[in-house]
Amino acid sequence: MGVKVKILEVRDLVTGYTDLNILHGISIHIKSGEIVSIIGPNGSGKSTLMKTIFGLLRPRGGAIVFKDHDITGVKPDAVVRLGMSYVPQEKEFFPSLTILENLEMGAFIRDDDISDSLERIYAIFPALKEKRQIRAGSLSGGEQRMVGIGRALMLSPDLLLLDEPSAGLAPVMRNMVFEKIAEINRAGTSILIVEQNARRSLGISDRGYVLETGRNRFEGRGQELLENEDVLRLYLGG
Amino acid sequence: MQLVINGLVIGSIIAITAIGLSMIYKTLNFVNFAHGDFVAFAAYIALFANASLGMHLASAFLVAILATIVLGIFMEKVVWHPMRRKNASRTTLIIISIGLALVLRNTLIFIWGGSTRNYNIPVRRGFEFFGATIAPNQVLVIISAFILVFALHCLLSRTKIGKSIRALSDNIDLARISGIDVDRVILWTWVIGLGLAAAGGVLYGLVTAIRPDMGWYLLLPMFAAVILGGIGNPYGTIAGGIVIGLSQELSTAILPTEYKFAVSFVVMTLVLLLKPEGIFGGAK
Repeated sequence: MGVKVKILEVRDLVTGYTDLNILHGISIHIKSGEIVSIIGPNGSGKSTLMKTIFGLLRPRGGAIVFKDHDITGVKPDAVVRLGMSYVPQEKEFFPSLTILENLEMGAFIRDDDISDSLERIYAIFPALKEKRQIRAGSLSGGEQRMVGIGRALMLSPDLLLLDEPSAGLAPVMRNMVFEKIAEINRAGTSILIVEQNARRSLGISDRGYVLETGRNRFEGRGQELLENEDVLRLYLGG
Repeated sequence: MQLVINGLVIGSIIAITAIGLSMIYKTLNFVNFAHGDFVAFAAYIALFANASLGMHLASAFLVAILATIVLGIFMEKVVWHPMRRKNASRTTLIIISIGLALVLRNTLIFIWGGSTRNYNIPVRRGFEFFGATIAPNQVLVIISAFILVFALHCLLSRTKIGKSIRALSDNIDLARISGIDVDRVILWTWVIGLGLAAAGGVLYGLVTAIRPDMGWYLLLPMFAAVILGGIGNPYGTIAGGIVIGLSQELSTAILPTEYKFAVSFVVMTLVLLLKPEGIFGGAK
């Protein structure tokens, strides 16, 4: 394997919603083909970091570089076009639209034939193909998560951001989601995950970052973090 | 039977005018109090084209729809879009819409006066139908409404822009995240919502006298239809409109006619108390 290039680099990122900053200089990077997890307790700024990378929140300091493009402060519609997709934590689907229409919305900016992408997503999530004419709002939580991830894959992104992909799911479904994430990654998509369920998430990750109150606390290989005593004690519940 | 026919006629008008109110409510998260006055505006434009310019009512109908859409696009560009950019609160938007409603209505009064007017069309005799007298205009209203609803359904379920309109009303943040050009889709939402409101306004002028406040008084039944149908659910709104129209007319069998509009208020209040998401479910 050759030297992996950094697909995303975040340097000294500072941001917040009101007068208060939530992130106080976070630095992370993802190399092409990696799965990277960001873990940390509630309020550590994990989701805020994702929203800022994707352009939903304006950075107050620092820089974000994606595939050699400076995307600091760039709006989501432009970020999408560069090849990054984002699955938010909640409301990750259009409830009154059918599964097929949800996927079509994921490909809104494309004017060409999207049937290849649809087939690829149905291959990952066969359940979606059977139910493609059913409204997303009437699906189970696990299926809705599949719709959300499927929608984000319609543009064949180089980098997929997943905000709490296993939140609110039954254990069986959680396993399914992590297996699918690994599968999507093997097909060539780099993935950044923010997770509460740190053990499972680090288990499939190449590397991980531990955040605490908007600062980098630890970083390392997925296994290293799982075995690190401080990380164990602080974030993995012993 | 007569009351049922009358109810269906007014119900179809409420249904097609209320769809735009419902879609804008859900997508932009504010109640557009000027919606009813766009309905009246369209009726007056049709009146002007028909009675003053001597156009056939069918052409006047199209002119009115176009003029209303142009006014709507203008408002989106000069008022609503800049206001959203400034993150104006919901209350601000509502108050602006009330102001806009007043401006529109008084402009109509200023130009055409406050008295009632009618299109310049031949009066045709109604025909008997199961003991009820149906005016040809009533048939025209119901058929036109049916065609418009069918066209709307095709647009919303078959075209990319229609699907994105529904997507926006479902979840505008996710639409933005997906790379959808949200501002353009909002513009389309106005175009379709106000186009339908305008069509409803012209049709309303066929079965009632044209007055500057005709749209304003239609606003309450429209709200009732929107809430009954579930905010942002176009199909629910259509059903809600028919239900409100029918209950308004049927109530006159037992109540004095003046209470007609109170009926929609009562229906709306009951729905809000018992099933706030609307009987047809909000935004499905």
